Amino acid sequence: MFSRKSFLALAVLLAGCAAMSAGDYRDRAAQMMKGDFSERGQAGLGRLDQDETQALCSRRPADGALDRDAAARIEKLNLDGVRYPAAGRLLGDWREGEKIAQSGVGKQFSDNPKAPSGGNCYACHQLSPEELSFGTIGPSLRSFAKTRGGGEAMQRYVYAKIYNPEAFTACSSMPRFGRNGILTEDQIRHLTALLLDPQSPVNR
Amino acid sequence: MRKGLVAALVVLALGAGSGHARAQSDADTLKGIEKYREALADDNPADLWEARGAELWAARRGPKSSSLAQCDLGKGPGVVKGAYAELPRYFADADRVMDLETRLLHCMVALQGFSAAEATRRTFGNGGSRSDFEALSAFVAAQSKGAKMNVSLEHPKERAAYLLGEQMFFYRGGPHDFACATCHGESNKRIRLQDLPNLTDAKDAQRAYTAWPAYRVSQGELRTMQWRLNDCFRQQRFPQLKFASDTSIALTVFLAHNANGGVFSAPTVKR
Repeated sequence: MFSRKSFLALAVLLAGCAAMSAGDYRDRAAQMMKGDFSERGQAGLGRLDQDETQALCSRRPADGALDRDAAARIEKLNLDGVRYPAAGRLLGDWREGEKIAQSGVGKQFSDNPKAPSGGNCYACHQLSPEELSFGTIGPSLRSFAKTRGGGEAMQRYVYAKIYNPEAFTACSSMPRFGRNGILTEDQIRHLTALLLDPQSPVNR
Repeated sequence: MRKGLVAALVVLALGAGSGHARAQSDADTLKGIEKYREALADDNPADLWEARGAELWAARRGPKSSSLAQCDLGKGPGVVKGAYAELPRYFADADRVMDLETRLLHCMVALQGFSAAEATRRTFGNGGSRSDFEALSAFVAAQSKGAKMNVSLEHPKERAAYLLGEQMFFYRGGPHDFACATCHGESNKRIRLQDLPNLTDAKDAQRAYTAWPAYRVSQGELRTMQWRLNDCFRQQRFPQLKFASDTSIALTVFLAHNANGGVFSAPTVKR
């Protein structure tokens, strides 16, 4: 005969088994993944540890849209971390920017960790009209400065957006190139020029 | 096949090279890609893997000098026809949900007496060194051609694997913050010129899942779903996914079940 206490404990346990919540599955999935990958090349197991932004942005459609407070929190957190170049211009050389936009190497376990990473911008965006092989995950950036201007405020915005897109759009699909150390300050300046320099093919 | 392929590549190169008459050039490029894909479908080197897989299935191998002919892929010992269209599934003898490759590994150990370490020494082929898993997967998968994908979630462990796989699909990590969903969570998107299936959408998931395993022209290898997941995670900038791990199986359950109802057509041939 069960005591009343152990009966209750059992009932609670059974209810827990029967109805694991989405959060429980999320935790179990994260736990399982940590045991099911092995370190290779530059890709260590620490890459499976999520920061707050990644955790909040790992939502299924069934979880519904991110609530406004959480979105604002992500954007503030990320905006506070944006580091602008200490001195000098925000615009680099658009020719270098074009090369960085074309290159998709970097940070994969198959990549040379000593070689610079690319931005792989064309994977997702249209930029120079000459390049027909562009993806559509992000919006077209063709004629970027023609439609939005290229003044100081726009330069600061573009630099910061590449440095950390989560500062402006919570749960963006775009990598945080500066914040996560994918691109250097100079590389981001070159990409800023690719978008904003009037001589850049993007604006011709 | 080769002539058609060369012609298609020329069209592709011309289409991509021209800076003039952009709209026309765009259309030509897309037409070129279509022709390239058609040329690829003419003839499929996956047949070679399939034939080798049939031999491996029947050959007496391992310390127990036994074949895989009594391997139970879910429809009874030795039944291969239609088995792949119902995988992954729960196997009571292992008390675990398994995809095809994990089940093949199980049979290599249980029936043939290989150690798991020996059996998994070469999971993915690379030039001269061939993978038995790729050959066996081609052989087994081909016996489901024309079958409708029908992956069950009736067993609690199948259901749990699906729900875990779903969470993993949306799990962001690594220096690029990528999840599977970053590239495969929306319809009608591309990377460069490559169309991306939305693997949460039934039609897209059916088309994508039923096309694997596939012969990859660019690699000269027959590739399986385990390889597909492994290479996606490489591009996601994650560490290396362990072969036949519960994570790989959970994700496969999620993808395969989303493809239910689709007509299985692999092994196919891809760029």
